[in-house]
Amino acid sequence: MSVIAFAKNWNGKFKNSTYELVSYTKELANKLNTNLIVLSIGEVSNDELNTLGKFGADKVVSVNNPQLNILTSRAYAKVIAQLAEKEAASVVVMSDNNSGKAIAPRVSVKLKAGMVAAVQELPVSLDPFVVKKRVFSGKAFGHVQIDSEKKVVTIAKNCFGLIENQVEVNIEEFAPEVDASLFKIQVIEEEEQKDKVILSDADVVVSAGRGMRSPENWAPVEELAEVLGAATACSRPVSDEGWRGHEEHVGQTGKVIAPNLYIAAGISGAIQHVAGISRSKCIVAINTDPEAPIFSVADYGIVGDVMEVLPKLTKAFRNSKS
Amino acid sequence: MKILVCISNVPDTTTKVKFKEGDSLFDDSGVQWIINPWDELALTRALELKEDAGNSVNEICVIHVGGAGADATLRKALAIGADKAVRIDACPADAYHVAGQIAEFLKENPFDIVFSGIESSDYNGSSVGAMIAEFMDYPGISSVTAVNLDDDDIQLSRAIPGGKQVLKTETPFVAVVQKGIANEPRIPSMRGIMMARKKPLEVKAAAEMDVLTKSVKFELPAEKGACKMIESESAEQLVDLLKNEAKVL
Ligand SMILES: Cc1cc2nc3c(=O)[nH]c(=O)nc-3n(C[C@H](O)[C@H](O)[C@H](O)COP(=O)(O)OP(=O)(O)OC[C@H]3O[C@@H](n4cnc5c(N)ncnc54)[C@H](O)[C@@H]3O)c2cc1C
Ligand SMILES: Nc1ncnc2c1ncn2[C@@H]1O[C@H](COP(=O)(O)O)[C@@H](O)[C@H]1O
Repeated sequence: MSVIAFAKNWNGKFKNSTYELVSYTKELANKLNTNLIVLSIGEVSNDELNTLGKFGADKVVSVNNPQLNILTSRAYAKVIAQLAEKEAASVVVMSDNNSGKAIAPRVSVKLKAGMVAAVQELPVSLDPFVVKKRVFSGKAFGHVQIDSEKKVVTIAKNCFGLIENQVEVNIEEFAPEVDASLFKIQVIEEEEQKDKVILSDADVVVSAGRGMRSPENWAPVEELAEVLGAATACSRPVSDEGWRGHEEHVGQTGKVIAPNLYIAAGISGAIQHVAGISRSKCIVAINTDPEAPIFSVADYGIVGDVMEVLPKLTKAFRNSKS
Repeated sequence: MKILVCISNVPDTTTKVKFKEGDSLFDDSGVQWIINPWDELALTRALELKEDAGNSVNEICVIHVGGAGADATLRKALAIGADKAVRIDACPADAYHVAGQIAEFLKENPFDIVFSGIESSDYNGSSVGAMIAEFMDYPGISSVTAVNLDDDDIQLSRAIPGGKQVLKTETPFVAVVQKGIANEPRIPSMRGIMMARKKPLEVKAAAEMDVLTKSVKFELPAEKGACKMIESESAEQLVDLLKNEAKVL
């Protein structure tokens, strides 16, 4: 028996969310009285694999096959399912990010394992196996029971944190079967945003809405973000109007984010917007309207004009740094 | 070329959620049902592809797994412009069950492209599309923000953290779509509503398929504490609170 965590890498490196995944899965393995196996697919150095030991990964299985250097959900699911069969895994755990969303459902079908996406915490109970997740876009939580023998879960970002548990890492190589027919998708172009903080990874997010009035008014938002090392985001009408790019749109139909700090400037706080930000640890709202619904979900609020308040905040944060 | 659009029937996004039977079931009394927002965008893009004379898309079919309660939602999809609708008469018990039903349908009725949304706005399962791809052993592309066809040249864009990728694939495939795939969802016109009455809405019996998970309980999130208001002149105070009280900096 074992529990498998799939540790995705980004150009050979892991992220904090990977370590959170390992921390979570280690605790889960302990609770189930079984072993944790962390699976890495693609080219990752031993030094990088060893960093997983800090969070309790005593066994790391590395699949280093050049065919798998580009993430293909169909092939990755096949590799993960093969390892799960080989190691008699009872649970497979992944992060709820783009790749987890693409791969986990495929592993679920291959193993005929019930799957729950974006769980919030360790299982509520182990027998029966019940996990808790957000439903109705954050308006409620649901407890979902997985009845199949094998199980697949993905964990929501920032739901668990890091738990240090230094162990010696044992790296094993694994050479699964992957045939060429699995690769029907070709990447013909890739654009990476290099200079800016990536919204889905950001600890601090400065977000603005229609209260900014015009796309020319965004400088105070960007300046505050820069001082805070934050990513920028926006409400849906702002991206629909083309004031900002679609990648910045947060909410029910945009990105769902979970930063430590979310600053909402000139955003009314419609329920569909809140669906994307309610997992933030702390929300600050700036709005001219003291009755704006955003204040009922915010931790701190300032009633005032964004064009005046944002520069003051930028200055205060800058002073507090020096 | 034929496109199948998977439609999830969900409560209107402004619905105040309530539960019944000891918080074990969603209380749908008084709920307005809509086409899941991403599915509506997927359908819109499918129609645009069909209208574009430059490619050979000639049929848009929508499919839903669920009870007769969803027929109004399917009629709306027909009114927006889908050519036909199929409802598999089964309780949409879990993602594995739903995807399995759609896969069984696909085996009998092949399509070139299958669209699904990134998640249903009710149970937020985010699994059905990729599961269909696996059941069918099709390539699947997730987080799709654009689909362009030029005969057999099929190009899709997808969002990756902090950027985008342009991909090429061959049919059949499943595209799990998100925001960006179409600009604005279409709304039914009067003419569309009239025409929808004559379009086929086929009800099919469910296939034998396992259910692997079930919702056993719901709870509402804890009430949020009151928002602490700060004078607009006191930016320093806010910085201090974020550092020392909220400890988020
Ligand atoms: C199916 C569906 C899905 C949706 N999904 C999303 C989603 O994912 N994300 C999303 O954001 N929205 C979504 N919406 C839209 C949502 O309902 C709201 O319309 C939207 O969030 C409002 O954006 P806003 O707060 O920027 O603008 P508004 O609602 O216009 O609010 C502007 C706010 O700025 C304040 N203001 C004005 N001037 C100033 C000033 N000078 N200084 C300070 N404050 C000022 C006003 O008091 C007001 O509160 C969705 C809607 C539907 C129907
Ligand atoms: N009952 C259903 N019938 C048809 N398609 C569905 C159904 N449930 C979900 N889908 C499709 O799968 C997508 C993701 O849903 P889910 O996995 O439930 O979050 C939706 O956007 C739909 O395209």
